[in-house]
Order: sequence, then structure tokens, then C-alpha cells
Amino acid sequence: MKRFITKQYWLDWDIQQLIGNMLRFGVWLSAIVASIGGLIYLIAHGSETAPVYKIYISQPEAFRSIPEVIKGALLFKSSSIMQLGVLLLIGTPIARVLFSFFAFLLEKDYLYVFITFIVIAIIIFSMAGGISV
Amino acid sequence: MTVLVFTLIMLAASFLAGFIGALTGLGGGVILIPLLTLVFKIDIHYAIGTSLVAVIATSSGAAAAYVKEGITNIRLGMFMEIATTAGALIGTTIIIYTSTNAIAIIFGTVLIFSSLMTIRKRNVDHIETKEKSILAKQLRLNSSYPAKAGPVHYFVRNVPGGFVMMIGAGILSSLLGIGSGAFKVLAMDNMMRIPFKVSTTTSNFMIGVTAAASTILYFHRGYIDPVLTFPIVIGVFAGAMIGARVLIGSGIKVLRIVFSIIIAIVAIEMIYKGIKGT
Repeated sequence: MKRFITKQYWLDWDIQQLIGNMLRFGVWLSAIVASIGGLIYLIAHGSETAPVYKIYISQPEAFRSIPEVIKGALLFKSSSIMQLGVLLLIGTPIARVLFSFFAFLLEKDYLYVFITFIVIAIIIFSMAGGISV
Repeated sequence: MTVLVFTLIMLAASFLAGFIGALTGLGGGVILIPLLTLVFKIDIHYAIGTSLVAVIATSSGAAAAYVKEGITNIRLGMFMEIATTAGALIGTTIIIYTSTNAIAIIFGTVLIFSSLMTIRKRNVDHIETKEKSILAKQLRLNSSYPAKAGPVHYFVRNVPGGFVMMIGAGILSSLLGIGSGAFKVLAMDNMMRIPFKVSTTTSNFMIGVTAAASTILYFHRGYIDPVLTFPIVIGVFAGAMIGARVLIGSGIKVLRIVFSIIIAIVAIEMIYKGIKGT
């Protein structure tokens, strides 16, 4: 039972609580933002005919560029607010990884600082456009 | 059909997907992809993009609860995320060269394989009580989880095997638009001998990052439609929250049964679709 009263154990436990809260916050925030956008959209366009998604057409720049989405959301465009909610959701696990990086640093667990760094590098690489063939 | 009716249908369907996804540790994607493509005839690109967003919601919503319970093995998850995110990145390139029918057949095959693996091992957890892997020790993957009778200690084995499997899980995640929780759980269950509760929750923990790595790229490619994604994010989130509560309260046996039934049904549907399409 000794291991359950060590400093390491409690530090790990605190980090678990923080990570849990962080994930919960991220999902709630994105759900709230997406809902606000969605409700505004439904009030304005709810009675229109639903779009058909049988054939794939890439989204316009306004919905696939991060700066454009933020710009649109600030102008209170409902679709942009919904996309902002999506971006916040994608950002939630990424933020968790960034947090883990500092948590492992705090624990002086340099092996895991390095491991976390590799994951962050892969995500940045993906953000930059991934493997271009 | 009006936008309002469409939104409500999507909301209800994704609620169910989120609930089952969290309950089984599969993630909502496995239910959503056939639902969106087979039932609602939505193009696979939209389905994959939307599903991955939903998968992030399911995984993060449920993982928040599991992490706090102390069941999740965070170090194991973190280490394996190298493999899953790298795999996800590979998958985002493969998808460009893969036809819809091929994706459907791969989907079904993967799930049938997973289902057979689950049925094969129906007995109780084989908890490894001896140290078998030097790598697991060096990476500090051996851990314990809280149970009613006190903490259960376990040791991890076959780390390289698990790592390779996780790369595969990452590829399948971005290629099929699923969390590929089944593959992650089976890698940890069968190869690494990790207790089922730990493998399920740690899988959930990893799914969010894995999906985020490919979704951010798909977002840039324009796979994610706001009107389609919004009700699905909300529905899955609500379903996942309730599903997570059920998991903590229920036994391992029920979980495994639900797990294999869902896999079998989905597999048959997807393969049928793939063959019909060719």
C-alpha cells in the first residue's frame, strides 16, 4: 500500500483530475458554441429544403480555413459559428496532449516529455497538410 | 425534407451512435458510418469527416469520466499515441487512392476479424501478474486500476507487437472514419494482456487524439460540412455521456456480448454494400 501515499501517486491523481476536467470543458464549450450557431441557422433556414450530401463537393474556403472560420464567427455567421464549434472540439484532445507535455515536465518525467513531443510534432505535421504525394 | 426535420433525425441517430459507442469503447464512428452512408446515402467523404468529429466528441466525453476514475493508463495511452497518430497521417494519404467500395469492404473485413477475436476469448481477463517485458518496465507501462476489492495490479507484455497494431489502428481510423477502438482494445487485450476495463478506457483516451490528427487535415480538405456536423456533434456528445455512466456501473461480461453483436451487424452491412457497389 506504500505506493499509494507517495508524492508521485498524488501528482498523477491531480493530473488525472485536471485532464478529465479539461476534456469535459472542451467538449461542453464546443457543444455550446456549435449549438448557438446551429440554433441561429435553424431559425433562419429551418424551413428550407435540406441539402443533399450524395455527391461530395469540397467545402468553400470560408468553412475549411481556420482564420476564415474565426473571421466568419466574429461576424456572427451561423455556419461559421458551427464550424468554430467543430474546431474547438478538434482542439480539445490536442490541448490535452499539450497539457500532458507540461505535466510530464513538472513530474520531471523526461522520457514522457519526449514521447509527448513526438505526438505534438505529428499533429503539427498534419495541420501543415500531411504527407503530400 | 426541411432542414429542421433533417437536423432532428441526425440528432436522434447520432445520440444512439454515441451511446453505443461509449458503452462498448468502439466510438460512435462504427455505428455512424454505415448509418450515414447506407441509410442516409451520404457521400463517404462527408461521412468520414463528420464521423471523425463525432468520434472526438464520444471519446473526449467518455474519457473525461474514465480518467477521473483512475482506470485509464495515461502513460500507455501517451506512448501508443505515437503509433496511432502516425498511422492516422498515413491513412489520410491512402484515402485519396482508395475507392468507396474498397473502403466498405475493408471496413467489414476489419470488423469481422475483430468480432472473431472477441468471441474466441470469452473467459475472464488474463491479468499478467509477473513482469514479462523489459520495455514495459522502462516505459513504466505497468500499473493498477481501482476495483471494489482494492487496486488490481497488472503487467504489460508484447509492447512492440502492440505498437505495430496501433499503427494499423491509426491508419484504419482515418481511412474508415472510425475511432478503431475495436483494434485498439484487441491489441491491448490479446497481445499486451491488459485488463479489459483498462484497455477499453485507455483506447477511448487515445481515440480523441488519433481522430484529431486526421480530422484537422480533413477539415482543411473540406470534408466537414457545418449543417451536417452540428446535430451529430451534439447528439453523439449526449449519447456518449450517458453511455459512459452505464460502462462504469456494468460488468465485463455484458460489455463483451454487446461489443461482439454490434461488430457482427456492422460488418455484414458494410461488406454487402461494398459488393453491391462493384
